[in-house]
Amino acid sequence: MQITVNGSAREIDVDEQMPLLWVLRDELKLTGTKFGCGGGYCGACTIHLDGRPTRACLTPASFAEGKQITTIEGLSENGDHPLQQAWIEHNVPQCGYCQSGQLMSAAALLATNASPSDSDIDGAMTGNLCRCGTYPRIKAAIKTAATADNGEEA
Amino acid sequence: MSTKQRIENIDRRRFLKLTGLAAGGLVLGASLPATQPAWAAEGDVAGDLNLFVTVHSDDTVSIVCHRSEMGQGIRTGLPQVVADELEADWRKVNVVQGLGDKRYGSQNTDGSRSIRRFYDTMRNMGASARTMLEQAAAQQWKVPAGECKAKNHAVEHGPSGRRLRFGELAAAAAEIPVPEEKSLRLKSSDQFNYIGKPVDTVDTPDMVVGKAQFGQDIHFDDMLIASIERAPVLGSSILELDDSDAREMKGVIAIERLDGGAEPPLFKPLSGVAILARNTWTALQARKKLKIQWSETAHHAHNSDDYLAALQRTIREPGKTITDHGDVEKAFAEAGDRHNATYTVPYLAHATMEPPAATARVSEDHCEIWGCVQDPQSVQQNVAGALGLKPEEVKVNVTLLGGGFGRKSKPDFVVEAALLARKMQRPVKVVWSREDDIRHDYYHAASVEHYEAGFDGDGKVSGWLQRAAFPSISGTFQAGVDHPSTSELDLGLSDMPFAVPNRRMETQRAEYHTRIGWLRSVSNIQNAFGVCSFADELAHHSGERPDRFLLNLIGPDRHIDPSQGDFEYGNYGEALEKFPVDTARLKNVLRRVATRADLDLRGDHSEGNGEGWGIAVHRSFLSYVGIATRVEVQNGELAIGEMHCVADVGLAVNPDRVHSQMEGAMIFGMSLALMGEIKMENGAVSNSNFHDYPLLRIHQSPPLSVEVLASDEPPAGVGEPGVPPVAPSITNAIFAATGKRIRELPINKHLKIG
Repeated sequence: MQITVNGSAREIDVDEQMPLLWVLRDELKLTGTKFGCGGGYCGACTIHLDGRPTRACLTPASFAEGKQITTIEGLSENGDHPLQQAWIEHNVPQCGYCQSGQLMSAAALLATNASPSDSDIDGAMTGNLCRCGTYPRIKAAIKTAATADNGEEA
Repeated sequence: MSTKQRIENIDRRRFLKLTGLAAGGLVLGASLPATQPAWAAEGDVAGDLNLFVTVHSDDTVSIVCHRSEMGQGIRTGLPQVVADELEADWRKVNVVQGLGDKRYGSQNTDGSRSIRRFYDTMRNMGASARTMLEQAAAQQWKVPAGECKAKNHAVEHGPSGRRLRFGELAAAAAEIPVPEEKSLRLKSSDQFNYIGKPVDTVDTPDMVVGKAQFGQDIHFDDMLIASIERAPVLGSSILELDDSDAREMKGVIAIERLDGGAEPPLFKPLSGVAILARNTWTALQARKKLKIQWSETAHHAHNSDDYLAALQRTIREPGKTITDHGDVEKAFAEAGDRHNATYTVPYLAHATMEPPAATARVSEDHCEIWGCVQDPQSVQQNVAGALGLKPEEVKVNVTLLGGGFGRKSKPDFVVEAALLARKMQRPVKVVWSREDDIRHDYYHAASVEHYEAGFDGDGKVSGWLQRAAFPSISGTFQAGVDHPSTSELDLGLSDMPFAVPNRRMETQRAEYHTRIGWLRSVSNIQNAFGVCSFADELAHHSGERPDRFLLNLIGPDRHIDPSQGDFEYGNYGEALEKFPVDTARLKNVLRRVATRADLDLRGDHSEGNGEGWGIAVHRSFLSYVGIATRVEVQNGELAIGEMHCVADVGLAVNPDRVHSQMEGAMIFGMSLALMGEIKMENGAVSNSNFHDYPLLRIHQSPPLSVEVLASDEPPAGVGEPGVPPVAPSITNAIFAATGKRIRELPINKHLKIG
């Protein structure tokens, strides 16, 4: 089976029911996408499938054929997506484990909503758990990134 | 026992051995992207100035962090202290994760003690290395050492203006005898460059691009993945196993049994059946095809609801007296007015975002581990014990931890990996699923506490009885323990700070039926919930505003020594002279946090609706934290409106990480107060994942504020002390809003959570 990850075509030889999470982590060694629950509850495995935020733990590999997969490793070329910069500016991560998923959900939000309100952020991010409790900084960093984006457009 | 390290000079080979940098394969800890990893240059002449500091000829400095990083920022905080005393330039510092090695002193990253135990040591390490660099420069220039001063990563000779970079002095400095500790000249606080100042967190850049490496992320081409079906009930073992369907699955390499052995549980693996496969998905799928019949044990009758209901009855009966001041019976007999209440907290799970994981490679006389562990020396001991090796034959590489909270200081999951790697004769990574994590934790004890108070004729509290019942952590290490241990009472109960002349502390019988362990702030959770709730009840009972009532109840400024007779107060392992139980600091926090709240606001008590504020203040891990919470309750639905934290943690080495720990503690505290409950039925945990063991989500997370009080007191605990006052501040606020007193957690048993 062939899938496209971060712009590159990758040949994989797996059970087509294998969730993308394990394809990415075990087969392609892209371990930025995290295993948190395996049931779609925590969002640690969030990736983009044709730009839409998707839980890799619930998505069979076969479903991704012909679609563009983006992982945290491919969110930006040099780690300089406005959200990644804002995450550093606000010193968002504590343990860091959930943050790949948080960033991917946030990036999908900003791609469709350039200046999200608090409730827009809540709505887009409520599927991403953080046990360390970085929610206030996540919210602040998303707003900073949104402002930076808008500033560039203006 | 002194925890100070002897400062010693180590040669390069030993440095490399300690830090694993020359071991090939994985290099953990190269995390500052702006700097060249110093070990990249082969043959680099380095000055290993002591156990923690190496200066390299390319001018970079390697500083060892020997404690585990799990989100508290310790890989920044400790090196920051060393770098400050060293006069190093932070941009030229590489943080290197120390391997498990007892020469570092305790590496058990637990008990909120990394900074408080190692602050002085780290300053000495930095100052010692700085002194050696200064002396090396003095020798080179043939001038008195007193004329040479390290500044900004170089040594300067004042009179002549000459200057040599640290890198230029590294080799010579390594030949200088290590200075005596008492000769070291430490900086005064106004000279600090980094201590108490904002310093970037070293691992953040890797975390935001998905490069940070956790225990779950370890990979070797020849490794197998193990997923283990474990005994659902404590002490249970395999009676019958039918693994024929699982064996038929493509990609399954082997199926192995693990034997849990007899109680106490210690850090032994539970009995189980391991599927070893080439990838995680296959291992997880094959596990579902196992048919296992488990043996019955005495714990099969355990049902957490029944257990707590029984404790709620027995807690009202006289227990075992631990401390007794004055005459409580007489005070109660003479009291004009009395009040009593019983508080219940269920079992709780750690639920770190990263489920436990460990990788092992085992040969005949050696084992190497890669894992998200809070205590690498405990890993060495337990793995060595299981394999019949010596602890020093077990090399432990500590990855980043995707959360710890106490779970990952129990190395049962590492022992599993070591045993399976030996059986398979190749590397094995044990991957715990979320279900494994929720069902096979070392749980925070389910607890019931009972309080009684009497008021004298003047309305002052004249008698106070507190009685605690919960299965002790000691039962995890010693079979037959059936009362809370005194060390658990020390966490917020024996050091209850109220000036009540007649007071008694008792424990009541409570047997263990599962593995009990320490969870962020440990028994402070139930002890603060009891003490801070009951004090609030007494305030309302006497019609006084809670903050004013509390100030009077705490009484005059003084240092408390809770020890009495055979009962010796532990004080988190610290001397009371250095870290007293200081009521002035507690009252200061109380006054500050009360200004954040409108404690006169009252909801409609007849309708059960309204808005209200609650406060709670608590000393734990030698720090003082107050929380003020505003809640809104409408039609049986609760929303937390806002929450404020005031913290006195002594000197805050890295203020931003102290803030973030307090923010995190509030959210951790809200999760446990609002929705945290592990249930056991027929001896087994009935929860399984985040749908039935929920955590607070972003839409439920209210605006938070944190005030960290400026202080010159010695640095105290930070990771845990924010948690205990959160739950009582919420239930106290609910009472103000509605007149409804919630004495049984979690709150979602009584109110819907918005």
